[in-house]
Amino acid sequence: MTDLLYSEEEEALRSAVRGLLADHCDAAAVIARCETDQPHDRELWKALTDGMGLAGLLVPEELGGQGAAHREAAVVLEELGRAVAPVPYLTSAVVATEALLVCDGDAAAELLTALASGRTVGVLAVPLSAAAGQTFTDVREEGGALHGSVTGVADAAAADVLLVPTAAGLFAADVAQDGVTVTAQTSLDPTRPLATVTFDAARARALTSDTDLAVRMGLRAGAGLLASEQLGLAEWCLTETVRHTKERHQFNRPVGSFQALKHRLAQVWLEVVNTRAAARHAADALATGSDEPNLASALAQAYAAPVAVHAAEEALQLHGGIGMTWEHPLHLYLKRAKADSIAFGTAGRHRDELAALLDLQAP
Amino acid sequence: MTDAAELRRRTQEFLAANPPASTDRVDFLKARFDAGLAWVHYPQGLGGLGAARALQAVVDAELETAGAPDNDPRRIGIGLGMAAPTILAFGTDEQKRRFLRPLWIGDEVWCQLFSEPGAGSDLAALGTRAVRDEGGTSRSSEAESGGTWVVDGQKVWTSGAHAARWAILIARTDPEVPKHRGITYFVCDMTDPGVEVRPLRQITGEAEFNEVFLTGVRIPDAHRLGEVGDGWKVAQTTLMNERVSIGGSRIPREGGLIAPVAATWRERPELRTHDLHQRLLKLWVEAEVARLTGERLRQQLVAGQPGPEGSGLKLGFARLNQEISGLEVELLGEEGLLYEDWTMRRPEKVDFAGRDAGYRYLRAKGNSIEGGTSEVLLNIVAERVLGLPSEPRTDKDVAWKDLAR
Ligand SMILES: Cc1cc2nc3c(=O)[nH]c(=O)nc-3n(C[C@H](O)[C@H](O)[C@H](O)COP(=O)(O)OP(=O)(O)OC[C@H]3O[C@@H](n4cnc5c(N)ncnc54)[C@H](O)[C@@H]3O)c2cc1C
Repeated sequence: MTDLLYSEEEEALRSAVRGLLADHCDAAAVIARCETDQPHDRELWKALTDGMGLAGLLVPEELGGQGAAHREAAVVLEELGRAVAPVPYLTSAVVATEALLVCDGDAAAELLTALASGRTVGVLAVPLSAAAGQTFTDVREEGGALHGSVTGVADAAAADVLLVPTAAGLFAADVAQDGVTVTAQTSLDPTRPLATVTFDAARARALTSDTDLAVRMGLRAGAGLLASEQLGLAEWCLTETVRHTKERHQFNRPVGSFQALKHRLAQVWLEVVNTRAAARHAADALATGSDEPNLASALAQAYAAPVAVHAAEEALQLHGGIGMTWEHPLHLYLKRAKADSIAFGTAGRHRDELAALLDLQAP
Repeated sequence: MTDAAELRRRTQEFLAANPPASTDRVDFLKARFDAGLAWVHYPQGLGGLGAARALQAVVDAELETAGAPDNDPRRIGIGLGMAAPTILAFGTDEQKRRFLRPLWIGDEVWCQLFSEPGAGSDLAALGTRAVRDEGGTSRSSEAESGGTWVVDGQKVWTSGAHAARWAILIARTDPEVPKHRGITYFVCDMTDPGVEVRPLRQITGEAEFNEVFLTGVRIPDAHRLGEVGDGWKVAQTTLMNERVSIGGSRIPREGGLIAPVAATWRERPELRTHDLHQRLLKLWVEAEVARLTGERLRQQLVAGQPGPEGSGLKLGFARLNQEISGLEVELLGEEGLLYEDWTMRRPEKVDFAGRDAGYRYLRAKGNSIEGGTSEVLLNIVAERVLGLPSEPRTDKDVAWKDLAR
């Protein structure tokens, strides 16, 4: 059985990250930032990576990483989700890193070292909505140069390197060259913005010929650990709503004393409790390779995605009018939760994957 | 503190000394109790070793592998889950010695005389009266040990009263004070001539629960649990244990009610439809996540960090059981239209396995009512876990006798 608890080290890591986010990532600043052309918080990223070495959690020590594992990365993601932090952690330190970990050769090793330091941001050039198991043919390789374009790539605007799947293999292309254009798209979730990337005879280094494996590993880790981000997000929504409904008075009593509201919040609490078990299970299965990481990741995403959306939607409703304002941070959480529910495949897609894994076939 | 390795060793030694294949079932159970392997978190001499509660799983696993007989917990569930922890917490040494061993072995079955026609969710409103017999008693031993109480009233929905030797009972001993204060907790002898048990037939056709009429029932003061007027506090222990019945028992992946549905799905492709497929997968996910939550709670208990998660488990399982069993009936289609047997029977235990889908569907409806309704449990989560304010109370300072009924 997987270990579903948090170790002391993990709790220490959590409080360090939480402290840092309290100082560097307040909601008002995030709201203001997402209307600029610099939606990513580079200072926060530097503090998390240079300062704390968090980008290298999944990278082995001999490549300059921390040699920690998915359990720790999951704890970081819980806190980043709780703060809707606009940093490319999931995309670079988890998905791209995990894809590179199954590539042999010097190019991949060098890139892993660079990503582990956090001074280079790497992003897998597939749509955020893509699920593990899909194949990607938008970009083709000809004589070492890439051609084609991909839409909906999360955090591409912050990337230094793009990992590009093609029929001929997985390639790394530096963004800072004439053959690569990154065009921001206006995104539902402004804290994890999307972009279109276009390759026009872009120079690229080969990483592996087994594109499918690398991409699948990256997206699987993305789906499994996204559940931890969703957990942190849902917890924030619940805590804030409990606080608000205890303070807000109508009809001469706190609105949180009305049973109709209490039951809805108790229901969200139940879902959060369950999400924690599912998210820990996925993180542990990814870390140890035991208890079927494919099943654990699909299960976590099939459960956690609707919970995060539900928590954010309930939070909005129970905040009343103030929840609809731009000024209150709630909208950031709803936008992130809804976008997350499509990221790495919807809950429905993950259920289909489970059906195959469990031999519960469709008619 | 006894750890897992030590328990495994003790269990092995016990099995060597009492080989299940050649030991009489009841002798085996008695020896197991005396070896402290009955409920390892109980004190020594009372069936336990003072170990962590969750470590029971270690013992159970060893015993199961060895093919040891069990004490049929489904038949004696109320005794194990509710009476025992209350006796342990509030009983005198004499009561603990008298009641716990036969209770655990299953020699003596217990029932719970709490609910009344006028007191369900609002259990503290109960009206069954217990009055001290001031006029003395014919049995001098009773008088010496503090006299006798005389109980009159009616209880309802009493599961297993027809099979029970003893009952935990709450009754009103002081109608002049607000409702929570005038209650006292007793152990009632179900063989007393004043106890009349009438079957109450239920939705499944059988009569698992009963009405119980109490007329001049005599209870020696030595069978009181806790102080006079303190019964509500004692009852809280019972109710907490009833709701948070998390123990050592682990279910495997795809255990529980999802198991027969998944098996039918695999074995009978002709029953499959797209709509049922989507619902099955959703419920499979929820069942697995609920199982992981239970497992996480168990791990927390072992690590000595109990969390409030237990309050949610019963709520979650009630809804899941209902949805899954509802799906199962539909999946079976034409067969789902049939029912095994409507004759009025008096089962001695509740067992979802080995019954048909219609029975599971109907019986699961009780899961959100028995042991506190889901609405009441949601209130508890909201107030005690989330700290939301309670609703205004109009009955707090009113004497029970002046409450509107
Ligand atoms: C199968 C089964 C076995 C049982 N076995 C036993 C037993 O062995 N011994 C025993 O003592 N009892 C037993 N019970 C009784 C059980 O504990 C009660 O039925 C239960 O507590 C509810 O009480 P009630 O039936 O009076 O419903 P009521 O309290 O009248 O409730 C009616 C409805 O009102 C809702 N409601 C009530 N108060 C509130 C509130 N404050 N907020 C929101 N909603 C509220 C309830 O949730 C319910 O939906 C059993 C019940 C069942 C179904």
